[in-house]
Amino acid sequence: MDLSAINPALLLASLLVAATPIMIAGIGELVVERAGVLNLGVEGMMITGAICGFMATIITGSPALGFLFAALGGAALSLLFALLTQVALANQVASGLALTLFGLGLSSLLGQGYVGLKPPSSPKLDIPLLSDIPFFGTVLFSHDIIVYLGIALVAAVWATLKYTRVGLVLRAVGENHDAAHALGYKVVRIRVLAIMFGGACAGLGGAYISLIRVPQWTEGMTAGAGWIALALVVFASWKPWRVLLGAWLFGGITVLQLNLQAAGVSIPVEILSMSPYIITIVVLVIMSADKSRAPASLGRIFHASS
Amino acid sequence: MTGTLLTIDGLTKAYPGVVANDTVSFEIKTGEVHALLGENGAGKSTLVKMIYGLVKPDSGSMVMNGEAFAPPEPRAARASGVAMVFQHFSLFDALDVAENIALGMENPPPMRDLAARIRQVSEEYGLPLDPFRTVGDLSAGERQRVEIIRCLLQDPKLLIMDEPTSVLTPQEVDILFETLRKLTAEGVAILYISHKLEEIRALCDHATILRLGKNVGTCIPAETSARDMAELMVGTELQTPKSAGATLGDVVLDISGLSMPSPSAFGTALKNVHMRLRAGEVLGIGGVAGNGQDEMLLALSGEVRVDADALKLKGEPIGRLAPNARRALGLLTAPEERLGHAAAPNMSLTENALLTGNVRKGLSNKGFLRWGKTQSFAEEIIEKFDVRTPGPDNAARSLSGGNLQKFVIGREVLQEPEVLVVNQPTWGVDASAAASIRQAILDLAAGGTAVIVISQDLDELMEVADNFAALNEGRLTEARPTKGLSIDEIGLMMGGAHGMEVAHVDA
Amino acid sequence: MLTLEKRPQPSKAFAYLTPVFAIIMTMIFGGLLFMALGKNPFEAILTIFWDPLFGEFASYSRPQLLVKAGPLILIAIGLSLGFKAGIWNIGAEGQYIVGAICGAGAGLAFYPMEAWFIFPIMVIAGALGGWAWAMIPALLKVKFQTNEILVSLMLVYVAEQLLASMSLGLLKNPDGHGFPGSRNLKDYPSAFNGEIIAGTGMHWGVAAAFIAVIFAYVLLNRHMLGFSIRLTGEAPRAAKFSSVNPNRIILFCLGMSGALAGLAGMFEVAGPSGQISIDFNSGYGFTAIIVAFLGRLHPVGIFFAGLLLALTYIGGELAQLTLGLPGAAIQLFQGMLLFFLLAVDLLTNYRIKFSRKEAV
Repeated sequence: MDLSAINPALLLASLLVAATPIMIAGIGELVVERAGVLNLGVEGMMITGAICGFMATIITGSPALGFLFAALGGAALSLLFALLTQVALANQVASGLALTLFGLGLSSLLGQGYVGLKPPSSPKLDIPLLSDIPFFGTVLFSHDIIVYLGIALVAAVWATLKYTRVGLVLRAVGENHDAAHALGYKVVRIRVLAIMFGGACAGLGGAYISLIRVPQWTEGMTAGAGWIALALVVFASWKPWRVLLGAWLFGGITVLQLNLQAAGVSIPVEILSMSPYIITIVVLVIMSADKSRAPASLGRIFHASS
Repeated sequence: MTGTLLTIDGLTKAYPGVVANDTVSFEIKTGEVHALLGENGAGKSTLVKMIYGLVKPDSGSMVMNGEAFAPPEPRAARASGVAMVFQHFSLFDALDVAENIALGMENPPPMRDLAARIRQVSEEYGLPLDPFRTVGDLSAGERQRVEIIRCLLQDPKLLIMDEPTSVLTPQEVDILFETLRKLTAEGVAILYISHKLEEIRALCDHATILRLGKNVGTCIPAETSARDMAELMVGTELQTPKSAGATLGDVVLDISGLSMPSPSAFGTALKNVHMRLRAGEVLGIGGVAGNGQDEMLLALSGEVRVDADALKLKGEPIGRLAPNARRALGLLTAPEERLGHAAAPNMSLTENALLTGNVRKGLSNKGFLRWGKTQSFAEEIIEKFDVRTPGPDNAARSLSGGNLQKFVIGREVLQEPEVLVVNQPTWGVDASAAASIRQAILDLAAGGTAVIVISQDLDELMEVADNFAALNEGRLTEARPTKGLSIDEIGLMMGGAHGMEVAHVDA
Repeated sequence: MLTLEKRPQPSKAFAYLTPVFAIIMTMIFGGLLFMALGKNPFEAILTIFWDPLFGEFASYSRPQLLVKAGPLILIAIGLSLGFKAGIWNIGAEGQYIVGAICGAGAGLAFYPMEAWFIFPIMVIAGALGGWAWAMIPALLKVKFQTNEILVSLMLVYVAEQLLASMSLGLLKNPDGHGFPGSRNLKDYPSAFNGEIIAGTGMHWGVAAAFIAVIFAYVLLNRHMLGFSIRLTGEAPRAAKFSSVNPNRIILFCLGMSGALAGLAGMFEVAGPSGQISIDFNSGYGFTAIIVAFLGRLHPVGIFFAGLLLALTYIGGELAQLTLGLPGAAIQLFQGMLLFFLLAVDLLTNYRIKFSRKEAV
């Protein structure tokens, strides 16, 4: 065992990387849930995004296009969920599960010819001067664009929800869809758009795993990241900045346990590998003491009866 | 003050199996208060929804200020100067007052300006309101103020008010009327929906009466007796329930020091409630909505447990008992909300009979269900309470409000309770069903059962109750004999004007 | 214009018809998918649905039908109880794994002793293992209102790690020349869950599935507890009003589904699979969710749905062998089935109306 092999600067830097996919997927799901919809299909949309992004990158050679197609893929899959829950008025829990099962099957079918390939690496945003600062340079200023994009996305969602008309209407729909309907807001349309935003975010998060974090394609490679993103929203009590915090926490645990594995700590590998999931459960338990409320219409079916 | 603002001509709207509005025509003049009068199910809501753009008419037309008026959505109606104060479903509990108001406006100013405007308008009309309070924490009267101010900020030409006084104390009603008179003096027309005749006589210039979707008459309320209007509204003469006037027996239910936090986020806690109920007594509990009525029922039904000694049934502490244990002892309840609380919407009437009848009717044996016996029980309820349904296999949600309520009340009455507690027994129920439900309550009391009727309908309480008490912010007043109680006294028991002030008429 | 109109009550006819519609639509769209993959759609559908029962190798694949349907039905019956009450256990896969570990572990603890009581002890251990694993989300939900969906699912990943740890450590075959995986229970007669009737695929797990179907039917239709479960799902507030204790329903439904999933895992490891190994689990816990919904959460429906999904597994393998159809296509096919089912389910509660357009 050699703990000194763990470099704190690299550890923190990789924490930001590990946190990015669940942060992006989580902030997308937060928007969906604030609109009153519970989409449990995040895992399915992430893995679909992962393979769409991977394929597009291999075919076009451009990671930027890859991320674009990942977002499109995730949004397209989420549209299926929107059809089921908003048009066919199906149960949201069941539809979300269906989406995950479907996404896992779809991605492994699409990804058959792509196992073992290596995507072109994404450009890093090595900010001159700043990235040369010892320690902080490595931790904060030498990442790929998506890491910063993720943080910017959290900020944008926060500002939109808090300060804009669109955000207010979205919250209103999630809070009481009957009242929003009575005031003349298009509940279904707003929700479908929110669901697609969530799908695009999940797709981006998935592609981050297959294009940057790993980077290659293996079946089922998201390994529960979508579910952790869902847990993140609960953890965050539906508040954007807390998603960021939560993602860093989970990212930190993931990175730390990987580092401990590499350092050969005398804890069995399996225990270390299960730790992120166990800690997710522990955090969920702690957070369920916080009674700040979920959006009141969350998961309820809306049908304008008159 | 004399021009015609809105002309409604031959509006018709049909839903499957029912014509909600059948060629309805009338006129609303500028600056008048026009009453729209009718029973539940007469088609008032549908008509109003058409004016507000929520529902499109099948045929007929409207003319507003000389121009054709057919709003495709509420937005368009609001742009034409129509504003509406809803009875239900239009506020967002988790948002604050200013946000709620902004949602009802087309082009709201920035929040800071809006908050200032809210303060200014609310002062002007005597409806004080803090723009940054969360709506869920407000009382029913304050919530209504939010809706009214939301409308006033848009300078409406026509203000639609749907049963506005059902959530107010008599004193608050007076203040509301002052505000409305001030508005009409400024030239605003008000379409006032209600089934309370005295109110309409006091306030309205004209009245249009709807029955079964048709306009059955127009009158000037001040010159028409309440009885004549009632006959137009109902069509047939109604039987008022007769109390057999039984003598009161021993105390059966003794509530002492009952305190209970509300299980819901924006509910009202019960605070140190005391009450004694005698056999054969009907106690009416009045109060403005949201002052602890639902909590009172939950505490009595056993859905929320309280201190063992806070509730005593014939001397036995029952505060910690589950609903079925209380039923076994003879305490039965019927909650306000029919679909989802008193009955399961998608389940059959037989299954819904089992929902509360299991213990007293012996509908199961060692946990195994006796469906035959359960079905007979359901059929008995249907027959004795004249529930209109093809049969006990039909789902609860397929019944009309009145029929389902008769089923719910009948289910409890036929179990021969020692004490029966009902919450809003005739809410949203047509007049004939309401009359038969009230009669059932009186008959039960005549047989020696003690009954608690929780209701926001004061007329109903005066009609059936021997004694009256009121809930105000979770506290219960001393019970007083109904006989000889004046409307002012009742109002004060309900908490007076709740800090409202009369509109500054000089403003 | 299409509009939806809520039926006054759920249509009985459509409740039976929707699964059939869903299957037909899945066949059509599945066929299109297979065509896109360059296969003959009719041949592929035939290979999946017909050949395992009546084809050339049917004598081999027919017993497999019960072998695969057994665990699916057993797990789905348990899940359906919770789903009916609005309690979403989606971690059956984890409970299945833990049941298998406990069942196999209990058996191997006696190795090499031969005795009649070893197998019954394994059955109990398997059920207890699954039950205990499901009690984690159940207790957390009761005590802290923690979301059972997320907890039960997280525990699948934990169980998978536990499985890896067991097959590499505690339960590793000491005579296995260092290969991962436990002793093969097929070589340990007292612990082996063999066929009850040779050549049918009928083992004790399948028998347990049949019993579970009957048990669930009686529970839901004839017993107060079953009524309480249904009532909780239909109208939670009405259930509380009716004196149902929601916590007891949570504990019962999650515990029951965990125990049944654990049993399924135990029967599988002691029979068809034979040993604890890293990749012993094959996703039955997730497929059972499809089975539960396809069977409309009704015990008899689940029985048939289990057989149908088993058929797609076997037919899928067959299609993989003979047509080179990728395995993932079958997974996708199963996902589609659930999608279409949820979509057409609309017809049970709503009527679709073509409203006349007002004058153009």
